[in-house]
Amino acid sequence: MQRTWLALALSATAVALAGCGEQAPAPKPEAKAEAPKAPPPPPSIEIKIGHAGPLTGGIAHLGKDNENGAQLAIDEANEAKLKIEGKDAKFVLLKEDDQADPKQGTTVAQKLVDAKVNGVVGHLNSGVTIPASALYNQAGIPMISGSATNPKLTEQGFKNVFRVVGRDDQQGPAIASYLAAERKPKLVAVIDDATAYGEGIANEVEKTLTAAKIKVLPREKGTDKTTDWKAILTKLRGRKPDAIFYGGMDATGGPLIKQGKELGIKAVFSFGDGACTDKMTELAGPAAEGLLCSQAGIPPQAASRKFLDAYKKKFNVAPILYAPFTYDAANLLIEAMKKANSAEPSKYLPELQKLSFSGATGPISFDDRGDRKDAEITIFTMKGGKIEPIAVVKGGKTFGYEEFLKTMGGG
Amino acid sequence: MDVFLQQVVNGVTLGAVYAVVALGYTMVYGIIQLINFAHGEVVMIGAMVAFSVISALAPSGLPPLAVVLLGTGFAIPVCMLVGYSMERLAYRPLRRAPRLAPLITAIGISIILQHLALMIWSRNILAFPQILGTTTYFVGGAAITNVQIAIIAICVALMGGLAALVYRTRLGTAMRATAQNPQVAGLMGIDINRVIAATFVIGAALAAVAGVLYGTYYGIAQYTMGSVLGLKAFSAAVLGGIGNIPGAMLGGVLLGVVEALGAGYIGDVSDLCRYGWIAALMDVRCADGGHFILFGSEYQDVFAFLVLILVLVLRPSGLLGERVGERA
Repeated sequence: MQRTWLALALSATAVALAGCGEQAPAPKPEAKAEAPKAPPPPPSIEIKIGHAGPLTGGIAHLGKDNENGAQLAIDEANEAKLKIEGKDAKFVLLKEDDQADPKQGTTVAQKLVDAKVNGVVGHLNSGVTIPASALYNQAGIPMISGSATNPKLTEQGFKNVFRVVGRDDQQGPAIASYLAAERKPKLVAVIDDATAYGEGIANEVEKTLTAAKIKVLPREKGTDKTTDWKAILTKLRGRKPDAIFYGGMDATGGPLIKQGKELGIKAVFSFGDGACTDKMTELAGPAAEGLLCSQAGIPPQAASRKFLDAYKKKFNVAPILYAPFTYDAANLLIEAMKKANSAEPSKYLPELQKLSFSGATGPISFDDRGDRKDAEITIFTMKGGKIEPIAVVKGGKTFGYEEFLKTMGGG
Repeated sequence: MDVFLQQVVNGVTLGAVYAVVALGYTMVYGIIQLINFAHGEVVMIGAMVAFSVISALAPSGLPPLAVVLLGTGFAIPVCMLVGYSMERLAYRPLRRAPRLAPLITAIGISIILQHLALMIWSRNILAFPQILGTTTYFVGGAAITNVQIAIIAICVALMGGLAALVYRTRLGTAMRATAQNPQVAGLMGIDINRVIAATFVIGAALAAVAGVLYGTYYGIAQYTMGSVLGLKAFSAAVLGGIGNIPGAMLGGVLLGVVEALGAGYIGDVSDLCRYGWIAALMDVRCADGGHFILFGSEYQDVFAFLVLILVLVLRPSGLLGERVGERA
C-alpha cells in the first residue's frame, strides 16, 4: 500500500517537473528567432530612471505604492517601443529605499547620481526630498516628486526640481474657499498650534476668508502639546462663530473638536491635512463626525479609469495614495525625452518645463518654480469614522467630488 | 456671564485633578520634607496602565463603566508598587543625606519612569478608547458633561477619604506624629519606615486615579504627560501651603480656576486696542475693529508658574501654611 502511494507521488512529481520543463523552454525559440533580427540594424539606448522612497519602515506600503506607479509608467513606455535619437529606447527603473530618513535619502540620491540616471521620480517625504534635491541639482538631473508637499522644495531656486502634487500653502486657500462657498459663514474663528506648519496654514485661511469679506475673530493660539482647549473654546463660544478652523496636527486637533462639542459649540470644525486622518475619530470619538479637512492632491480612486485599470491588472491591488502622481511623474520625464528626442538631462529639461501633459491626475503643467499649475486640493468630511472626499478645489474653483470624478473619467 | 461661569466650571474640573495630584506632593513633603519630583510620572504610569487595560477590554462587550473601573483597578496597585519601590530604592537610603541628594534622585527616577514608559508604550500619543458616552448638561448657560461631574465627585470623595484617613485612623495619627518629629515618633514605638512607605503608597494610589481621570477627560495619554501635570500640581501644593493637606485641595482647585480664567481673558485684557489712548497711538492696527493682542491664549501654561513665583515671593508658606519660613 505504501509503495503504491510512493509511486503515485513520484509520478505526480515527475509530471509536474515535466510540466515545468515544458513551459520554460517554450518561449525560447521565439526569443531566439527574434534576437538575431532586432539588434544589428537599429542600436538600442538604455534610459535609466531612478525611483526613491521608503521600502522599509512604518510607511513602506506608501513607498511601494509610489514605486508601483513609476514602474507602470516605465513598463507602458517599453511596450510602446519608443524611439529616442533614432534608437530603440529601453527604459529601466532603478529602485532605491530611502527609509523615509533624510540621511539615507541623500545616500541613495548619491547612488542614483553615480549610476548616471537620466531622471528621478521621488522621493516620498518632504523632509527627505528637500536634502536629496540638492544632490540631483548639482548633477543636473531632473527630479519630479509625486508626494512632497512642503513649499520649501520648490523655493530653493533649483531649475531641475518639480512636483506634480499640490503645496501645503495651497491647502489653506482651498479649505477656506470651500468653507466660504459651501457653508457661507459670517464669522470664523481661527486657531493654530504656534508651529511653522500650523501658523502658516492658519494665516492662509485667514487671508482667503478676509478676501471673501468674511469676518475673522482675533487669532487664538495653543501649542503642539496643548491638551486643554476649553478656555479658548469657551471664549470662542461666547463670540458665536459659524465655523472654526484649526491649523495643527490630529494629536491636538482631536481633543480640540471633542472639547468643542462637549461645550455645545455648533460651529463647523475644519482642519488642514495634519488633522485630516481617521485618527481624529479615535481621539475624539463621535464628536469628530462632520468635520471638514483638506489634503493636497486627489484620492487615488479619483485618478483616471485607464490608470486605475492598468494598475489593478498589473499589481493586483488598488493604488493606496500617491501612485497616480508618481505614474504621472515618470510619464512626464518620458514625454519630455520624447519631445526633445534625447534622454540627455540638459537637452530634455527645457521641454519638461514647458510641457503640457494630460496625466492620470488630470492636466499637468509647471510654473516657474516647478510647482504644478492649478494643483488639486481635496476636501474631506468625517463620516462613520472615516474621512470621505466630498469636493475638489482646483484653481480657486470648487467641484463636487462626484462631478470631479466624471471629468476625470472623461479625460 | 455664561462665559465666565463656563470658565469656572472648566477650571474646577481641571483643578480637582490638580488637587488630587497635589495631595501626593504635600503628604510626602509634610512627612519627610522631600519634594518628590517623580510624582507626576506616577500619574502618567497610572494613565498608561489604565489605557492598556481599557484598550484590551473595550472590544470584550463588558459594560463601559466596568471596563474603566477595571482599568483603574489595575492602575492603582501598579502605581502603589511604583511608589513603594521609589521610596525604598531612591529615598530611604538617602534619608540622612543632605537634602539636595534625594531631590536629585527624584529627578533621576522621573527620567527613568518616563523612558520606561517610552519603551513600553512608544512615543506616540495614545487615544483612550471613547467608550464612556459623553452627555452634556447645561446649567445656567454653562455646559457640564457627565464625565466632568464624575471627575469632580470622585476627587471630592478622594479628598474626603484622605482627610478621614489622616485625622481619624491610627495610621493617620502615626503619619501626623512622624511629620511633627520622626525621632520622637520612633521613640513612641511608631515604625517610621512603615509610615513613610505608607505615605508614598497612598500618594501613588491617588496619582493613579488622577491619571485615569485625566486620560478619560481628555481622551489622550502620552509618556510626557506627567511632567507638566506634575509641575502644576506642585505649584498647587505650594499655593495652598506645602505640607498642608487642606491647603493642597484648595490650591489645586484655585490653580485650575486661575488657569482657565487666565487663558480665557488674557487675550482680551492685553488687547491694546481696548485702551483708548494706546489705540489712538497705533490707529492703523486698531482701525475698523482691529486687534493688537500682546499675550494670547498660548500663554495658558504660564499662569500656574506665575502663581508659583508670586506665592514664593509674597507668601512662601502658602495660603493655609503656617509661617514657618524655614520649611517652605
